[in-house]
Amino acid sequence: MSDFVAELKAIPVLWLVVTLAVYLVASWLNVKAGKTPFLHPVLVSLSVIIAILLMLDTDYETYMEGGRYIHMLLGPAVVALAIPLYKNLDTVRRLFVPLVLGAGFGAVVAAVTAVGVGIWFGLDHQILLSLAPKSVTSPIAIAIAERIGGFPSLAAGLVLITGAIGCLVAPLVYRVLGITDQSVKGFVLGVGAHAMGTAYAFEYGVVAGAFGGLAMGMTGTITAFILPVITALMI
Amino acid sequence: MVQGFLVLLLCQLLGEAVVIYFDVPIPGAVVGMVLLLIGLIILGRVPEGLEKSSVGLLSVLPLLLVPAGVGLMDYFGVLSENWLAFLVVLFVSTLVTMLVVGVILKMVSQEKEVED
Repeated sequence: MSDFVAELKAIPVLWLVVTLAVYLVASWLNVKAGKTPFLHPVLVSLSVIIAILLMLDTDYETYMEGGRYIHMLLGPAVVALAIPLYKNLDTVRRLFVPLVLGAGFGAVVAAVTAVGVGIWFGLDHQILLSLAPKSVTSPIAIAIAERIGGFPSLAAGLVLITGAIGCLVAPLVYRVLGITDQSVKGFVLGVGAHAMGTAYAFEYGVVAGAFGGLAMGMTGTITAFILPVITALMI
Repeated sequence: MVQGFLVLLLCQLLGEAVVIYFDVPIPGAVVGMVLLLIGLIILGRVPEGLEKSSVGLLSVLPLLLVPAGVGLMDYFGVLSENWLAFLVVLFVSTLVTMLVVGVILKMVSQEKEVED
């Protein structure tokens, strides 16, 4: 029996089946729970799959024999982010200066404060490199971490936590600054809290959601280009 | 659908090639995205096949993140050793970032605020 389980664990397609099945259940749960960012389908899926792997005494490498086929699609998915950006081009042209300033400063401040406070805590080099892209949407953050020498998986986890924190502090930021404009609300959420912030922004309305998505795409792109400079200067 | 997927992969490949050629630590896929955006601006529209593949891929984007996320299982030690540092870093950085962006947007869109 144990031989049978051991052989089964070595079959990559098992982990594809597990990943898809767990994700479907997690998405269903998230819809049932009113799409709350705290029951995010990615967060729930990875927790359940990790629990399954630990129970079956299986390591990450074995899981990735199947998981890598899903992971590979992240590249073309990042490229596909050009389409929503293109569709928002009219908005970008109309509000070019505020949007580029907002996303640009946001990208710099997010990276500099994350690395700065991290250095103050005495965190390791590679951990700092994994922290740096924390405000960027996960597919781009994972790609950045892979590229600059951080831990991609750790970066993905820190991005998720950032998203939840961003949704928590957003109402506070609006109150302190007296922000009432829907588009500003959405943009602030998109810069600070990427896709989770964008999903949350849709609660304020379609306009807020659209600006959140736009902010997420712009911040992610700008960060990918400036982060190597910032980390070279700071670390 | 297949053409669309081919376009996405070609852009990624081109992006990776650019990154290798210039030897810069920027993700090839992000460069590919910028190249595709430039292409779309020149073309002036999104071809139907490309639209289909992109919408399809982006609709399952959360699923695509799961395998990388599962890798967190190798970082339980790092997380439990540094959990306070991580929480403080992420909280401070996210709060400051959102405040700065909010202030900038309020400053540059003053006229708009007055109308409200």
